[in-house]
Amino acid sequence: MNLLELQGVTVSFDGFLALNDLNLQLAPGELRAVIGPNGAGKTTFLDVITGKVKPTRGDVVFRGRSIVGRSEHHISRLGIGRKFQTPRVYQNLSPRRNLELAVRGPHGPAALLFGSLSSEQRDRVQHLLSVVGLERQAQQPAGGLSHGQKQWLEIAMLVAQDPELLLVDEPVAGLTDEETARTADLLKQLAGDHTVLVIEHDMEFIRDLQAPVTVLHEGHVLCEGSMDQVQNDPRVIEVYLGSETQEDAA
Amino acid sequence: MADLLSSRNLRRWLPWALIVLVALVLPVVLPPFRLNLLGRFLSLGIVALGVDLIWGYTGMLSLGQGIFFALGGYALAMYLQLNELKPGELPEFFSLYGVKSLPAFWQPFNSPLFTLVAIWVIPAVVAGLLGYLVFRNRIKGVYFSILTQAALLVFFNFFNGQQKLINGTNGLKTSTARIFGELIGSDAMQRNLFWLTVVITVAAFLLCRWLTHGRFGDALIAIRDDEPRLRFTGYNPTAYKTVVFAVAGALAGISGALYTVQSGIVSPQYMAVPFSIEMVIWVAVGGRGTLIGALLGAVLINYAKSLVSEALPETWLFIQGGLFLLVVLVLPDGLVGWWRQGGPGRLIAMVGWPPRTATYPALDLDPQVVAEQDQLERSGGGQG
Repeated sequence: MNLLELQGVTVSFDGFLALNDLNLQLAPGELRAVIGPNGAGKTTFLDVITGKVKPTRGDVVFRGRSIVGRSEHHISRLGIGRKFQTPRVYQNLSPRRNLELAVRGPHGPAALLFGSLSSEQRDRVQHLLSVVGLERQAQQPAGGLSHGQKQWLEIAMLVAQDPELLLVDEPVAGLTDEETARTADLLKQLAGDHTVLVIEHDMEFIRDLQAPVTVLHEGHVLCEGSMDQVQNDPRVIEVYLGSETQEDAA
Repeated sequence: MADLLSSRNLRRWLPWALIVLVALVLPVVLPPFRLNLLGRFLSLGIVALGVDLIWGYTGMLSLGQGIFFALGGYALAMYLQLNELKPGELPEFFSLYGVKSLPAFWQPFNSPLFTLVAIWVIPAVVAGLLGYLVFRNRIKGVYFSILTQAALLVFFNFFNGQQKLINGTNGLKTSTARIFGELIGSDAMQRNLFWLTVVITVAAFLLCRWLTHGRFGDALIAIRDDEPRLRFTGYNPTAYKTVVFAVAGALAGISGALYTVQSGIVSPQYMAVPFSIEMVIWVAVGGRGTLIGALLGAVLINYAKSLVSEALPETWLFIQGGLFLLVVLVLPDGLVGWWRQGGPGRLIAMVGWPPRTATYPALDLDPQVVAEQDQLERSGGGQG
């Protein structure tokens, strides 16, 4: 059975179709890359899955149940985690405290006031700090971290949440080549235990992931396949480079 | 001793020393009138702590804390009006409007126990209900501020117009009421109330500290800085905001009750629009996001207000406006924030007295630099 299924999802913003009859299936443990030119609807696609945007038509099914109309925190608790395009960490809190907020466990006010972190949760935070190399900065406000460190901290927060499905939006934007390669390794490690969906512009990075690729265009799935198949697909070339007639006009 | 006086330690313990000084020395030194003023301002510090919780930490600017402040004041004043009345007697003002029997909602205030609970539970419940409805609909920012001010006006007009129920615009006097056989307005009673205020202020401070230090406080800061992000992590911000708004309401109620018995009256003026805005100014000037700043802001500004008003009655509003501008433009983190960021040292440096430093302290503390230094020393040893 598929872990996540989008069935004919359409999102209309005042008549503009950000997503148009989008169909997509993700199997458990899969690592999937989603690419598409600007405005293809990649971020709206994540917004629909995480409950930020309600589809105008169609259904989103997670583990066999529809999650349309549920609020963001419910969906998150079901096991869908999200990393944002620009790194969104809590600037005034230290990396450790960022992770302690994200770590899996009860998230109600009473639990946070009267409960304390289990030793298991504490170990998990410590482990993740060392994985992303932020042990030395663990106590300083995260606002002072470099861009790359923030990206990694946010990925660590996502892992701390331990969701079944990880939605990762442009994880390597603004990272160095070395950091990009490490991020690809990390995501490949996560796949298997988790299902990972990555949105990215960086083609080298996608190639590194060695994952099946879905190409979005104008809110619709244009084609699916391996990186080589997709790159040689004339429709994809047309979308990314413009058709010859358009080039002539320009 | 030198260690105690180092600027880092000084910054840590000086605010506490000030509070202890206030509690122990001032009752002996100050004349009763001044002591009473200080007690009133300290109780205003409690409502400021609540404002700091919801605004400084959680990012919700409420302009309606006067509602909860007045509710607490009225609860206590109603009890005092009924206290030590002979059976069958009514509080005096009722006779002015020809009211023959006590309105039903006054009845429970015969009980001191009920009153002690009502002082903070009624404002907390009202705040919780109002907050829940607002937060559930994801009303934020300016819209939240406008809504709280609108609610304040509704409450003000209601209390102001109900002569037959709560003496309307005249309010309820407490200074002539008695408790334990003693006149509330008396010097001895006022000194006791000052002590009570100090104890409750410290308790309120510790409560707020407990709320803000720890993961709950982290969640509040996360709501302030990036609420949608927190939702996607599985948190429901509505629950947090409702809880913290109710706590701020309870603090406002306690504050209002203490303020009422030390001023001698509660009236709808406590729900006037400017008063609730002033509460925000105290916190802004003292330093939002720091609890001690909220307390100090409330006490210092109100003391300044009373001193200035005695000397130059017409000028206080200009000074207060100027203070607010100063904070917005120059001291975004308020006085306490300025102090903690080494503001006094910079000020002295500005008049040509630069502080002495052996090296760049920020560099010494930077973990990256320390790590590189370690590495260099290790590899340097091999090469040398």
